[in-house]
Amino acid sequence: MAINVKTVRRPEQGTSYIRATLKGMALTFKHMLDRKVTVQYPDVKPEIAPRWRGTHRMEKHPDGRPKCVACGLCPTICPSNCIRLVPGEDDQGNRYPVVYEIDEFRCIFCGMCQEVCPVEAIHVGVDYENSEYTRDRFVYDLDRLMAQDHPVTDLWDPSDPLGQ
Amino acid sequence: MHDVGALSGTPFIIITLVKILAVFTVVMVTVAYMTLAERKISAWIQDRIGPNRVGPRGLLQPIADGLKNILKEETLPRQASRVYFFLAPMISIVPALITFAVIPFAAPLPTPWGIVNMIVADVPIGILYILALTSLGVYGIVMAGWSSNNKYAFLGGLRASAQMVSYEVALAMSLIPVFLLVGNVTLTQMVWTQQQSLGLWLAVPLGLSFLLFVIASFAECNRLPFDLAEAESELVTGYHTEFSAMKFSMFFIAEYSNMLTASALMATIFLGGWDIPFWNGDDMRIIAPGIVEGAAPAVWKTIATLLVFMVKTGFFIFLFMWVRWTLPRFRYDQVMHLGWKVMIPAALVFIITTATTMLVLDSLGMQYGRFPYGVILTLVNTAVLVGFLFVIDRDRVIAGAAPSPARLRAQEGRMTLRRPVPPREREVAGV
Repeated sequence: MAINVKTVRRPEQGTSYIRATLKGMALTFKHMLDRKVTVQYPDVKPEIAPRWRGTHRMEKHPDGRPKCVACGLCPTICPSNCIRLVPGEDDQGNRYPVVYEIDEFRCIFCGMCQEVCPVEAIHVGVDYENSEYTRDRFVYDLDRLMAQDHPVTDLWDPSDPLGQ
Repeated sequence: MHDVGALSGTPFIIITLVKILAVFTVVMVTVAYMTLAERKISAWIQDRIGPNRVGPRGLLQPIADGLKNILKEETLPRQASRVYFFLAPMISIVPALITFAVIPFAAPLPTPWGIVNMIVADVPIGILYILALTSLGVYGIVMAGWSSNNKYAFLGGLRASAQMVSYEVALAMSLIPVFLLVGNVTLTQMVWTQQQSLGLWLAVPLGLSFLLFVIASFAECNRLPFDLAEAESELVTGYHTEFSAMKFSMFFIAEYSNMLTASALMATIFLGGWDIPFWNGDDMRIIAPGIVEGAAPAVWKTIATLLVFMVKTGFFIFLFMWVRWTLPRFRYDQVMHLGWKVMIPAALVFIITTATTMLVLDSLGMQYGRFPYGVILTLVNTAVLVGFLFVIDRDRVIAGAAPSPARLRAQEGRMTLRRPVPPREREVAGV
């Protein structure tokens, strides 16, 4: 594309700085009386969407074992390579994760781990308060992931499966 | 006439000291709360709540701010010129604080020792004193910009000086019709004229002066839409870029107390000062030591007039803030254009119109400075004001460097014909 000179045409009639000023001042005055939109955050928590994708959580069996079967799909699909999984197998031949770590700093919260999980074990969650004092606290291990109790994300709305 | 006893000797000195202390304290506290008001008003205009954490509804915020500014570390840039770097905030804050001295803020107060004029110093030069001192304030800003040895600060200082010099002229000229009509430059006399002899607030017979004075005051206080000296988007923060902690705070206090003085001045000159409208019970002045002309002074009248004065001043302070959070900043050439090519000619034309009208009225034998006199001036002023608004409302004025639409269209016609085709486009078109 060639570079073009764009000429802004200003209307000759109907342009007035005085009237525009007064109009602007009327607008700001109206806003002064409007309802305020501030959410007083630490006192009042904002409502977040059910599709919000925040820090992860691992579902558990009733006996406290993780639901994860160490199939390896989530580290494979993960675009930012933030999941470390070392699979293991017990006497009955059940696969389980020996190590399951998510680096929440690397994670881009795309939610693909949740989508790909065949047993609905790993989820992204509706959670946003993640501060820690040290950086290494942001690598969540299996126990930490299982201890999270925030609601999990609805990646898709059952009543609207195509996201329309 | 009421002979209420003159104030003299030791009580005079003590009461004067008390007045100085009281006015200084009130000005400082008002300035502190103006910073809070600014933040609150900006928040409300942007649909926010504003500071509300320190004290009930954020009312102790200025104290927290002040404490923080005192405790913060002062930085001194290595390349800065030490002496002037220290001097600049002082030069900027002193004129800002002492200008309030000549503004009358209430009706005279009767005390057991005599009548007390509610003004710190009723100097005969009145408003000239204010004009002189406010133009001193710009030295602080220029000095701050220069001594910082920082290009942004320097540019800010330069802009401030150019702008203040330009608008100083318009500010003073817009006041000349007031001097003509009042026949004096003291502010007490101006209040008296508006109360009694003319019976009209000067904003009515001298509306154009009022408009020009308000605009020029905005420019003099370096407030938006004329805050070129601290244009954040271009100059970091302008002249006080290198200043920190209490030195920065002093510039801040200076800016706000200038605003306070300008508001009080506008209220005094054009809106009758401490005059309570439509009531003659407060019309009084001290004509000689201990002799009061007009209504009888009383303590409750002093308090009532003080409140009225505060309301009027508060209105202008609010106007300052309201405009700040509404209008974007002018471009530099637009500011200069408005100052030199609009305000000064308009002020000159208005001086001539007012003087001519007064000459005609005087030669017709009408009594100078009385109500009918004011009414005729009002009619003349309305005509001039309407003419002025008509002219500047046509997009002819603040257009700045942009060519007129007609010329643009002519240029555009030529451009489509002669526009050279760049090589890349030629290649694509296969020419």
